[in-house]
Formats: sequence, structure tokens, C-alpha cells
Amino acid sequence: MKVNVLAFGIAKDIFGGSSIAVELTGDDTTANLKSTLETAYPRLKQLASYMVAVNNEYANDTLPLSERDEIAIIPPVSGG
Amino acid sequence: MNTQIELHTEALNVQACIDWVMSPESGGIDVFIGTVRNATQGKTVQRLEFEAYEPMAISELNKITQQVFAQWPVQKVLVHHRTGVLQIGEVAVVIAVSAAHRAAAFEACRYIIDTLKQTVPIWKKEVFDDGEVWVAAHP
Repeated sequence: MKVNVLAFGIAKDIFGGSSIAVELTGDDTTANLKSTLETAYPRLKQLASYMVAVNNEYANDTLPLSERDEIAIIPPVSGG
Repeated sequence: MNTQIELHTEALNVQACIDWVMSPESGGIDVFIGTVRNATQGKTVQRLEFEAYEPMAISELNKITQQVFAQWPVQKVLVHHRTGVLQIGEVAVVIAVSAAHRAAAFEACRYIIDTLKQTVPIWKKEVFDDGEVWVAAHP
């Protein structure tokens, strides 16, 4: 399954762009997306933390993903 | 409507924010104004750059304001946040809360800014003479 992943803040610097296409092999969970991304972009693991958002909601690790979802990587927020 | 949540690419108008929450039923208005500081940990800041995941930021801010109405007897709540490049002294965020009595307005206003900083997908980059850093990105 191929998913499109939006990136913001430092994630944009790490991915080298504001969105990337990711081929997911194995299960279709958020956890698998995170481990796939961390393998391809090891700098993600150096962040204080990061979350995955699916369709504008924070997602837990077991959430199943589909190709139609709007998926985003949310590095530590710092608004205000 | 008792809630106004907006992201702006241009300067925020603090007086207009206060005017919007004012009502004849209000006995107090609490306003938080977040501004761009000229230094962080002793290092001179040139400017800040704010980026938002806009639809999700609006959605998360809506959740916060719904929590506020559930927890405190407040009348109107406004959150305006900047995006883009901000110079020293510019206003990055305005939160205004009106209530019949001051305690609810103070507490709700503080809850909104504290929660915003934890959950709302907005990021700021500090730009220095010799580089730049995304705030809070690294431990």
C-alpha cells in the first residue's frame, strides 16, 4: 500500500519536502508507518517525540491506515 | 456564535479581539497576548517563523474551546494565531475570554494557552545570526 504523508516543522526538513510517498509493506498500522519512516529517515528518532495524525486527528499506533487517509507527521508542537 | 478561532498571515488586531468578546453580560475580560521575544536562553533572536497544519490546528483549537465552555461559565472565547514570519515585538497569539466574573475568565484563558502549547499543530522556528532551530523539536 502506498500512502502520502504530509510533513510540518522539522519533519519537513528531515523528509526534504512537505510531503512524501511511502510504500508500506506488512501491516497497515500507524506503528508500521512510523517504523518504516524511521528506517528511511533515522533523524526522526532523534526528535523529542512525534505523533502521526490521520484525517486531522492524533492517531494511536494500532490505527489502520488507508490510501485515502490524510496522514501527517506531527513533530513536537511549539505554538503560542 | 460564542467562539472565534482564526489563523492569520497578517498582523493581529488586539483591540478588535477584545471588542469581539465584549458583551453586556460580561463583568470581566481576560486577554493573553503572546509576543516575539528578542532572545532565548541568552541568545539573540532575529525573527520567528510560524507554520501551522491549518485544518488540524483549527480542529484542535475547537476542542480546547469546547472544553473551556464545559468547565467554566464563560461567555465568549477568541483565539487568533499568526503564521508566517514575525519580527521582534510582534503579536503571535491573542486569546480573549469574557465571563460574568473574573475567576472563570482568568482560569479559562490560562487553560487555553497552556493546552494550545501542548496539542495544537503549530510550530515556531527561531532564527539567529548563525542559524535556526525548530523550538522543542529535540530533547
